[in-house]
Amino acid sequence: MSDLATYAERKGLWSWLTTVDHKKIAILYLLAGGFFFLLGGLEAILMRIQLMYPNSEFLSGSTFNELLTMHGTTMIFLAAMPLIFAFMNAVVPLQIGARDVAFPFINALGFWLFLFGGLLLNLSWFLGGAPDAGWTAYPPLSSGHDFSDQGIDYYVLGLQIAGIGTWIGGINFIATIVNMRAPGLTFMRLPMFTWGTFVTSVLILFAFPAITVSLVLLMFDRLFGANFFDVNAGGNVVIWQHFFWIFGHPEVYILILPAFGIISEVVATFSKKRLFGYSSMVFAMVLIGFLGFMVWAHHMFTVGMGPVANALFGISTMLIAVPTGIKVFNWLFTMWGGRIRFTTANLFAVGFIPTFVIGGTTGVMLSVPPADYQYHDSYFVVAHFHYTIVGGMAFALFAGLYYWWPKMFGTMLNETLGKWNFWLFFIGFHLTFFPQHFLGLMGMPRRIFTYQEGIGLDLGNFLSSLGAFTMGLSTVFLLINIIVTLKSGQAAPADPWDGRTLEWAVSSPAPEYNFAQMPLVRGLDALWTEKRNGDGKLLPAEPLAEIHLPSPTILPFLMSVGLFIAGLGFIYHLIPVIVGGLAVTLICMVIRSLVDDPGYHVWPRELEDPERGVDA
Amino acid sequence: MSTQHAVHQTLPPEPERATLEGRNKVLGFWLFLAGECVLFGSLFATFVALRDQTNGGPAAAELFQLPMVALTTVILLTSSLTSVLGILAMHRNKLAQTQAWFVVTVLLGLFFLGLEIYEFVEYYRHGHRLTSSAFGSAFYTLVGFHGGHVLFGILWISLLIAQSFKKGLTVVTAPKFYVASLYWHFVDLVWVFIFTVVYLMGMVA
Repeated sequence: MSDLATYAERKGLWSWLTTVDHKKIAILYLLAGGFFFLLGGLEAILMRIQLMYPNSEFLSGSTFNELLTMHGTTMIFLAAMPLIFAFMNAVVPLQIGARDVAFPFINALGFWLFLFGGLLLNLSWFLGGAPDAGWTAYPPLSSGHDFSDQGIDYYVLGLQIAGIGTWIGGINFIATIVNMRAPGLTFMRLPMFTWGTFVTSVLILFAFPAITVSLVLLMFDRLFGANFFDVNAGGNVVIWQHFFWIFGHPEVYILILPAFGIISEVVATFSKKRLFGYSSMVFAMVLIGFLGFMVWAHHMFTVGMGPVANALFGISTMLIAVPTGIKVFNWLFTMWGGRIRFTTANLFAVGFIPTFVIGGTTGVMLSVPPADYQYHDSYFVVAHFHYTIVGGMAFALFAGLYYWWPKMFGTMLNETLGKWNFWLFFIGFHLTFFPQHFLGLMGMPRRIFTYQEGIGLDLGNFLSSLGAFTMGLSTVFLLINIIVTLKSGQAAPADPWDGRTLEWAVSSPAPEYNFAQMPLVRGLDALWTEKRNGDGKLLPAEPLAEIHLPSPTILPFLMSVGLFIAGLGFIYHLIPVIVGGLAVTLICMVIRSLVDDPGYHVWPRELEDPERGVDA
Repeated sequence: MSTQHAVHQTLPPEPERATLEGRNKVLGFWLFLAGECVLFGSLFATFVALRDQTNGGPAAAELFQLPMVALTTVILLTSSLTSVLGILAMHRNKLAQTQAWFVVTVLLGLFFLGLEIYEFVEYYRHGHRLTSSAFGSAFYTLVGFHGGHVLFGILWISLLIAQSFKKGLTVVTAPKFYVASLYWHFVDLVWVFIFTVVYLMGMVA
């Protein structure tokens, strides 16, 4: 029976490599996702330097192709997804009053698989060149060696490994939310971020196998001489497009639904009102998740599926605007008459609303197939999806970061620097992407590395590049803020924002066991219910007792290393390396099965030291 | 068998769902299978799209030998039954019977895998290869993925049988047997679809 002492000793690198604590995994996701976010941003800035002036020779065409491929792939798979997972890990178990997630081991494995997949993908920069077929990697551009180099092999295997990590992470969160909620916390009392996590995890569950299969097909074509995409041998390149988008379209909802959840939490907290139209918000979220699976072919209007298919996919796409509109109005009505506090988190949330509406509007424009023939593959599309993913997703991530930072790290981010961060990002964002709508309408295609002088594209591109630099500058303010806070941050109280949900009932950062006693939930916004109807403290649902927690383990890390090695073996056709790497992973699985984890026990702090006061 | 004796009194009627860990494991595994449905669904869709693209090689109707495929089907479906009998024995807390039924399941699985390898070798001799046509690529990928699942199941269930000699039937090992048997049923179910879509539809096309 180990106790608090051993937990407190658990510091240093080894404790991070072996952790199965969702709060520490959250920090790992935040660090790794943040790193890839900076990397993807740097790639974007290099591209904007190249496009700042016509006929620029800052980058070669092939380098530009590599940068645009890696920018998209990195931002979607290695920055946005893990940053979402960071908040899911940090917040969801606390919001549902749980001690842990359903599968702590799998949770850790998911993180390490994502990280090693991402590292494998980025290793391509140093070994034979990065992938250069766009983040969508359409064959035959990506399938034959005539057009593409070894970079695509890194793309295929890196994403495969990272994707498995995300997929098992999704399973973990569904099981956690279904099985581990505190007594009284019915589904219609779940906080919106937990709802977003739940629907997103279901989407992950059903969408990721589609990209697994597409990557398998591409891998077999490239490495084993299969003919899925080789038209000469009877293959069909459109299969890739279907599977890619059967994954890829739900993927954008995988990103945006937790973002909607963050915005709902932040807007309600800083308006000091309960969320307007909670049940319709839940309904809208589930409906968006469902419709998200019905619209993939709107990425393929120009492929030639015929007018009936195009019309059906066009209409189903437009339908998504209805539940999204419900959400936008509910956020506005939540603020209406509220006591609004414009903290940095809330600035990002409020900035999100009009920005995302613009992105949604251009989405409806693009969903009209005849019009899409004009917009297709132009900068209009680039402007559209950046308005939804940066203007939507990234704004929400910033809001979530400023909102939950105290809960994750126990310190408060500096609000002044935060406001610089917001305003520079907000202005820089619109300066970058608003002109791109017009560049697209004037005929500038996506993915070109330069353009001629005097054809009306100069000013728009120049402004767009200035905006990108402004966003880069705002990110520097965020980094300074984080460094300042880590050095001399003000300690955060348990409930710095006068919050409404359960995570604000425990100390900041939360103790390792989260809740000394599982709380009894008596209403929507569980903590707020107690603040209004009780004494502001949660009612316990169980007596104080020893708490059982899982032991740390190095196996998830080693399993991911094994797959990483096997991935390299596949890329270089080295059978011993493949066998060796897979053997490492399989042996770890056998050990995991044979050796039962007895876990360890802790006594909640209140019992150890009653002077400390009650956290939970 | 002393371990078995020790836990004999305490094993609840549905040991796989007796603990929160067990319930999590069963739910998580159903979710895993839901995702696997999409995985195999995508592979089936690929196969259906490409099954007539023989690129001058042998077509399905020329290759497939239904009697042998029917035999493999019977073997695999029987192994599903034996795994059910294993779980029933587990619910009655009969360790030896549980182990025996799962050993039979593994043996049937090995028999199936042997026949499948023999089948692949035969097709390969007839010029039906992964690299010969889009039909070949789709066939070996779909059926091979299923075969890989059978192989993984054999290894997994063997490992569970081996550790059950030491650990017996407990609330920790019971959920493992239970989800392994779920997995085995799923693999059988996929084979029913392969038998229908690949072999039967291949013969009539």
